[in-house]
Amino acid sequence: MKFNIFAGVAIAALVAGANAGSAKTLVYCSEGSPENFTPAINTTGTSFDAARPVYNRLTEFKRGTTEVVPGLAESWDIADGGKTITFHLRKGVKFHALKDFKPTRAFDADDVLWSIDRQWKPDHPYSKISGGKYDYFNDMDMPSLLDSVTKTDDHTIVMKLKEPNVAILANLAMDFMAIGSKEYADFLLKKGTPEQFDQAPVGTGPFSFVAYQKDSVIRYKANKDFYGEKPLVDDLVFAITPDATARYAKLKAGECHVNAYPRPADLDEMKKDPALEVISAPGLNIAFWAFNVNKPPLDKKAVRQALSMAIDRDAIVKDVYLGAGEKAKTLIPRTMWSYDDAIADYPYDPAKAKAMLAAAGVQTPLEIDLWYQPVQRPYNPNGKRIGEMMQADLAKVGVNAKLVTYEWGEYRKRAQAGEDMTAQLGWTGDNGDPDNFFFLDGCTDGKPAGNNIPKWCNAEFNDLLVKARVIPDQAERAKLYRRMQEIEHEEAPELLLAHSIVSEAMRANVTGYKQSPLGTHAFEGVDIK
Amino acid sequence: MLGYFLRRLALTIPTFLALMFLTFIAIRLVPGDPVEVRVGEHGISPERLAFFRHELGLDQPVWRQFLDYVWKLLHGDFGVSLATQQKVLTEFLTLFPATLELSAFAMLFAIVVGVPAGAIAAVKRGSVFDQALMTISLFGYSMPIFWWGLLLIMFVSVRLGLLPVSGRIDLINYYFDQPTGFMTVDALLSDQPGAFLDALRHLVLPAIVLGTVPLGVVARMTRSSMLEVLGEDYVRTARAKGLSPARVIGVHALRNALLPVVTVIGLSVSGLMAGAVLTETIFSWPGVGKWLIESIGRRDYPALQGGVLLVSAVVIFVNLVVDLIYGAIDPRISHGR
Repeated sequence: MKFNIFAGVAIAALVAGANAGSAKTLVYCSEGSPENFTPAINTTGTSFDAARPVYNRLTEFKRGTTEVVPGLAESWDIADGGKTITFHLRKGVKFHALKDFKPTRAFDADDVLWSIDRQWKPDHPYSKISGGKYDYFNDMDMPSLLDSVTKTDDHTIVMKLKEPNVAILANLAMDFMAIGSKEYADFLLKKGTPEQFDQAPVGTGPFSFVAYQKDSVIRYKANKDFYGEKPLVDDLVFAITPDATARYAKLKAGECHVNAYPRPADLDEMKKDPALEVISAPGLNIAFWAFNVNKPPLDKKAVRQALSMAIDRDAIVKDVYLGAGEKAKTLIPRTMWSYDDAIADYPYDPAKAKAMLAAAGVQTPLEIDLWYQPVQRPYNPNGKRIGEMMQADLAKVGVNAKLVTYEWGEYRKRAQAGEDMTAQLGWTGDNGDPDNFFFLDGCTDGKPAGNNIPKWCNAEFNDLLVKARVIPDQAERAKLYRRMQEIEHEEAPELLLAHSIVSEAMRANVTGYKQSPLGTHAFEGVDIK
Repeated sequence: MLGYFLRRLALTIPTFLALMFLTFIAIRLVPGDPVEVRVGEHGISPERLAFFRHELGLDQPVWRQFLDYVWKLLHGDFGVSLATQQKVLTEFLTLFPATLELSAFAMLFAIVVGVPAGAIAAVKRGSVFDQALMTISLFGYSMPIFWWGLLLIMFVSVRLGLLPVSGRIDLINYYFDQPTGFMTVDALLSDQPGAFLDALRHLVLPAIVLGTVPLGVVARMTRSSMLEVLGEDYVRTARAKGLSPARVIGVHALRNALLPVVTVIGLSVSGLMAGAVLTETIFSWPGVGKWLIESIGRRDYPALQGGVLLVSAVVIFVNLVVDLIYGAIDPRISHGR
């Protein structure tokens, strides 16, 4: 009996738990552990999210948009026909302090040079630290874009480009261009622990880094000195919760306030729960079915248009994307500036498609190859299933599609070489600039091994693409991009299948959270009521 | 005794060699190498691909890579994780206390519940309790861990709100240094009121989930072993001497019946490690299981090879210890007499 009473008390105490009040803490249930805290050396969204609270960049994306706004650079001048950009740096911006490091000076041009050179110059003292792979710097073609980056004084940076390209301003707002503290780097080098730079970050951002326990938790503290939008909570906690069902359970139980990547299957139930709120927007991506214009009869525009009308994309979005997708009518999603909503989408019209094929002189049955993606991608949840649905649709208009695939690396390489007749592929945008999508149909990338899978090269489209890179004014650029969307639609080098829909879930008492079209998560300006 | 120990120790060497070879080969049979899995739609230039492969030694023949790996291991170098650039041994040592703590509590749960339940079932053989226990333990033994974990979370944590959903401590209310890596110990050392209790609350569900399979095994083993012992002459003698039933069962019968149970507990350790992979994923438990799963996805060869080897070393070590304990409890076995 004594034992039972003791057990009863113990169990009651266990389930009652502690619930002491404290400073305002926002808990974000994140999906995984970061590789490190230096965005320049990693490639995953998980790692970028973990470093973002700490760092700033020269330019920034306005929260919740892809619009480029001033960051550590207060303003910039573009000269020399878009080949020289002069950045005027913000003054008096303080770096965070850590237990063993107290900054003695404010942010200046040396920090910018240090951060860019680390990724660019092999003789930089940190070039080889922590593996030294600067994937994004290389993927975004920074080595071939940059001619020189120099300082003219402590608060002025001059960036000279090899060729005019204003889209580089969007590259500079990307995570890999985070500006670290040179003073901290020098301090660690002297101490003999340079790797600490990538594990315990020091930046100028809205939150300062406090502690990280692998696979468990990342803690940040609000940076009251932050120059931009102030953090509204005292502490920010990333509770690392890799299983999506567990994240949902934690959100429901109030153990986290914002939930990364909810499962599409849970969304309906989440929306019904008054304690929760779900927000959704198209992801910065596109899935398409490319027609290789070098392979007859796909060289004929009418044939490509006919095939575009033969596919029931509504069915694909419904059955394969399961509500987490949106039919696409241009390369860019509707959240991106310059999106042209006036484009009339191709209807699903097998009868018309069949008639157009006949009018174009195509003998049916027409034999084609249909390459389907062997792997799941953010924009394509199931390449094979989509391929099968397309195959069935095509059979209805007298086209026999043979399904083909390869191992993913091989698939991409062969498609880029133009070996396919038709192929599924897609793109995930990097910097929110339309150029980062439209280059996919540019003539430069139409060469073998380029990212232009249809190998389509249209003189007017390409001229506009190149011109848009040197115009500083966004409204002017948008006009060119809208014209390019019309040309792309008319010429149909590819059928645009879908953009994925990205949802985010949070407690209803969370205010000020803005979903980023770039798929990132940021917590300045977010509060708990 | 020493001879026995050395013989057992020598037997672990071929096991280790086989493990080294198998983990090395198995991860390389999975398509995609550590460089390729980093590449998305951008692709990678052949020069950069060749450069990174060379840096990681992946351009060497496989036999050469294996010899390099073994050579480094012999020098105590488990390599550096490709994903985090941290030493594999450091990562393992950071995460292992969490797995050990969870496994220990799971085993404690299995023993504390399983042994008395099995003993009672044996004593009341054929009763409703016995039959119910045997049915439940069969369910426990065959329970899919993932499903069971989610079910408990949904019911106990979300529906009833009795226990936390996942993690090791309430992240909002408690924050302290973790010198030992064992949350319960660190919570006690932290001087933060309520922290220890909170750490225990976080342990309840994962320990039950991970302990369910061993619980089924321990309960059934205790029952059958107990049944055998209860029929022995010395038990009848003890009863005939007029000893109280509690003494007969508790001292004379149960103690002897526990011998095979000890072996089963030792064998369950490998099962606990396998179960930890799933349990840690469901309960966001920062242990080695979850780390290994992620390493497979990233084709992080050094982390995976080193991690599997270190986990195996633990399992082999525990089995060795169990063998020795067994030998100590029953001198007949140890020493080949």
